[in-house]
Amino acid sequence: MSSTDRSASSRMRDLLRQPAFWGAVAIVVLLVLNTIKDPSYLAVTVSPTTGYLVGNVIDILRASAPILMIAVGMTLVIATGGIDLSVGSVMAVGGAVSMQFLSAMGDSTSVGTALAAIGLSILITAVLGLVNGALVAYVGLQPFISTLVMMLAARGIAKVITGGQNTAAQSEPFRWMVNGYVFGIPVVFLLAIAIVIVVALVVRRTALGLMIEAIGINPKASRMAGIRPRGLLLTVYILSGALAGIAGMFSVGTVMTVDVTQTGYLMELDAILAVVIGGTSLAGGKFSLGGAVVGALLIATLDKTVLFLGISSSATPAFKAVVIVLLCLAQSQRVRSWFAKRRSAPPPASITTPEPVREGVAA
Amino acid sequence: MSVINAPAPTDTSVRRDSLWTRFRRAATSNPSTLPTAASLVIFIAMLIFGEVAYGNIVQFSTLSNLLVNNAHLIVVAVGMTFVILTGGIDLSVGSVIAFSSVAGVMLANSGWNPWLVLVVMVLSGTAFGLLAGILIQYFGVQPFIATLAMMFLARGLASMLSTEPQRLADDSPIRWFGTQFKVIDGPKVNDLVITPGVIIMILVVAIAVFVLHRTRTGRTVYAIGGSEQSAQLMGLAAFRTKLLVYVISGTLSGVAAVIYTSRLGIAQNITGIGWELIAIAAVVIGGTLLTGGYGYVLGSVVGALVLGLMTVLITRDGSIPPEMTTIITGGVLLIFVLLQRLVTTKRE
Repeated sequence: MSSTDRSASSRMRDLLRQPAFWGAVAIVVLLVLNTIKDPSYLAVTVSPTTGYLVGNVIDILRASAPILMIAVGMTLVIATGGIDLSVGSVMAVGGAVSMQFLSAMGDSTSVGTALAAIGLSILITAVLGLVNGALVAYVGLQPFISTLVMMLAARGIAKVITGGQNTAAQSEPFRWMVNGYVFGIPVVFLLAIAIVIVVALVVRRTALGLMIEAIGINPKASRMAGIRPRGLLLTVYILSGALAGIAGMFSVGTVMTVDVTQTGYLMELDAILAVVIGGTSLAGGKFSLGGAVVGALLIATLDKTVLFLGISSSATPAFKAVVIVLLCLAQSQRVRSWFAKRRSAPPPASITTPEPVREGVAA
Repeated sequence: MSVINAPAPTDTSVRRDSLWTRFRRAATSNPSTLPTAASLVIFIAMLIFGEVAYGNIVQFSTLSNLLVNNAHLIVVAVGMTFVILTGGIDLSVGSVIAFSSVAGVMLANSGWNPWLVLVVMVLSGTAFGLLAGILIQYFGVQPFIATLAMMFLARGLASMLSTEPQRLADDSPIRWFGTQFKVIDGPKVNDLVITPGVIIMILVVAIAVFVLHRTRTGRTVYAIGGSEQSAQLMGLAAFRTKLLVYVISGTLSGVAAVIYTSRLGIAQNITGIGWELIAIAAVVIGGTLLTGGYGYVLGSVVGALVLGLMTVLITRDGSIPPEMTTIITGGVLLIFVLLQRLVTTKRE
């Protein structure tokens, strides 16, 4: 590296340090992989009969909406140094409440009924988030364990709400929210992005974001600095619960049926993965909502790619595991120092980065 | 007490005596044993309640079945105890059991030597544990995330092997570990039965107790949970030991897979969903602090039995809908965590 392009190379290095950049690279790699298999994969066409945009990319956007919701909630919770393991189960509660309410009301065209179902669902899931938050902020339990309890309990609550059945309901406005289009783009994706933007504005344009990060860095010091951690902690857990409820409605809306055992199953892991991909430190103290959006899109792309390549969808976890491991390795101090050493002294490049992982995957 | 003591299998009644004196001594000197003592009291209370309310609980067949049906969970809980004692967590146990069982049954059915299959089953658990340990120790990944990755990986690999239930051949020698032997032939079906799986479980518990309380490694495990930095400064092999606990947990998941598969004769890629939570709950109910440093393997055994007995009682009752089971499990876990919180704040 000569001295002339130092500013360019340092800017490049800054970009390379951005975890979200690597997430975007991964999305491109996956899309290229799909395009190699089917050259028309990326094609987005306008359906002649309906005027909607049709294509795999649109499908990915639609599928990313629920993941976006829980990833945003999880980002804020993780930024405070906590974790919310209950989002998957709370999604099931959100879906169960809306479906049960809609099927009880039986009015399949009323916009008011659909809005009431959405409101009720958000309210109940926010209460579940409140319980999490109260246990963490006021009782002082570890976030890990209180949300683990909620993960167990909420799945049961969802089953109790529907009586163990997979309730189906009819509601045109509700169906439109999840399956409809505005300007050819899925409504659900626009809604999700709108919610993300609102949350991002609220936390980044005010001091809220900084306070949340302060709690994550050092709760005691933040209290000394005049921040009240309890109220903020409560707020992020309530938000995470409510967003999980919305995610639940997004995910049951596609088929208008809640599957109390499968809705949101393992989704907490997707949310955590999206957050990690986005560069939010799991130790808390710094977060990136934009990164979480990239992460959520990457997961949706990964899900679709695995299906597209004809691999059993139940095998997707293995691919997600490989992604998590590679990302964690890329972020680890040891691997970075290896890279630094290699750059300064090139010859002894014996074993490079992710060797142990490859062995593991092979085993 | 005599009612409860009498039907217990011979090997635990030998231990119970010294256990009781140790409990009294420990409870008076160390308040952190309180949750462990509480879980034992609750287990006995549940036995008495079950006997009074539904009957046929305190008898040979029910109690030995409790051991037979929960042997695999006890083994997993023992491994989890090691990890939690160091302040870590292992979320991969359920998935590792799924992978190990599916791989084992498929290998056995394709004509592998059964002993070799058993070794592969246990060692596949070891491999996952080692991988998680390397990620945590060498690359500074949080235990939570590293074992989560292993959870995904093992579940995905098991699904790649097969998504259909795999049936172990009826004449497979592996089934021997699940065969029931009558120790005491009681009236009608009220027999005291034991399976080789239960014996393996008891051996695992005994070895774990010995390692934790009588070896340098065990002391180091507790020391890491207390303060990793201090342990390192004291010259203890903190690095190696922390790696070791994940290897132990993974290996014991492999052992649990052998016990479970041999009893059921069927392996599936969805086996063991949620078992990591049951194992964590068993460890927490048994009085091990989630922050590490305090706790007992025998407590985790009691914790696993409390959860097992709870399922039996719920089934016997019949009026509680099965959907409520998870809520109750969650509630019980919450109560015990709150109890821990109470005890630790007092100590502070």
